Amino acid sequence: MLFLFLVFCLTVALGTILCSSSGSISGLASAVARLQEQSGVESPVTAVLLNFRGYDTLLEVMVLLLAVISVWSLTKAPVSRQKAEISPVQMGVVRLLAPVMCLVAAYLVWQGSHLAGGAFQGGAILGAAGVLLLVSELDWIRTVPAFAIRIGLILGPVVFTGTALGCLFYSGELLAYPEGMAGWLILLIETACALSIGLTLALLFGGGRPEDDVPEGDIP
Amino acid sequence: MITTLLYSLTGLILFAMGLFTLIIHSHPLRKILAVNVMATGIFLILVATAYIPLGQGEVDPVPHAMVLTGIVVSVSVTALALIMACRVQETSNLAILKGKKKVKNTQETET
Repeated sequence: MLFLFLVFCLTVALGTILCSSSGSISGLASAVARLQEQSGVESPVTAVLLNFRGYDTLLEVMVLLLAVISVWSLTKAPVSRQKAEISPVQMGVVRLLAPVMCLVAAYLVWQGSHLAGGAFQGGAILGAAGVLLLVSELDWIRTVPAFAIRIGLILGPVVFTGTALGCLFYSGELLAYPEGMAGWLILLIETACALSIGLTLALLFGGGRPEDDVPEGDIP
Repeated sequence: MITTLLYSLTGLILFAMGLFTLIIHSHPLRKILAVNVMATGIFLILVATAYIPLGQGEVDPVPHAMVLTGIVVSVSVTALALIMACRVQETSNLAILKGKKKVKNTQETET
């Protein structure tokens, strides 16, 4: 009961702060708009994500990789021994939807340079497509080698880090893209990151490391 | 102005509800859900403050980018927390994870 009261007091205090400050927030919209020309992309959100606050996004991609590594170190992916009955309706839906979802994801990544869209949106749709494939228990999913999955997982972080280091050598600052190449570099990073994010989300849904990936010391 | 305030206050209420549940309940699944509700409240506040009606409906892209980053991180954190909760359940030899009081009861009956 005391705690309910404390939470209520906190809410009221934060609410008064919100009410009193809601009119006076100036924000960074004008600063972003002023530097938009130099960022290499037309979408302000993408410019903030991958140019002005690129450091943030780099670390965030690392957080995703870390989450997958932690999940893989905790458990093995649960495998159902007997083949589950998948209804033909579901198979039909998967056959129709999965390619379309990949196409939409690619379009969103491409669109990120001038409209709403980008690596995270594309990656989320790719992840949803991966979840759809995992749920329908297709045979070829299990035959994908763990090595290929690992390469896909680290593709985004490696490309992003590589670009950042390249910029460090070229212009002396981390993630300070050379002039004229910012747009293409951002597109490259976004494509690689979208692949990795999609794979990450699907693997997190899978809930453990792949079957053929048993280390020497047996972790249960 | 009123719209922004309404959204911000809704986000604040979501945050408070999540905080309350996070501390009061001991079941891990409830805690994970509570953290998610809290995160949703914070995202709502950030998106609401990004909208500046004074500058011709201009939108501040920085909070949008932060929310975009935050959503993906919160999804991965939720997945990790769920896996951890499963591991706790496996290693604690309980069929169903229970609240604190009930766990004490089962220990007493065992002894």
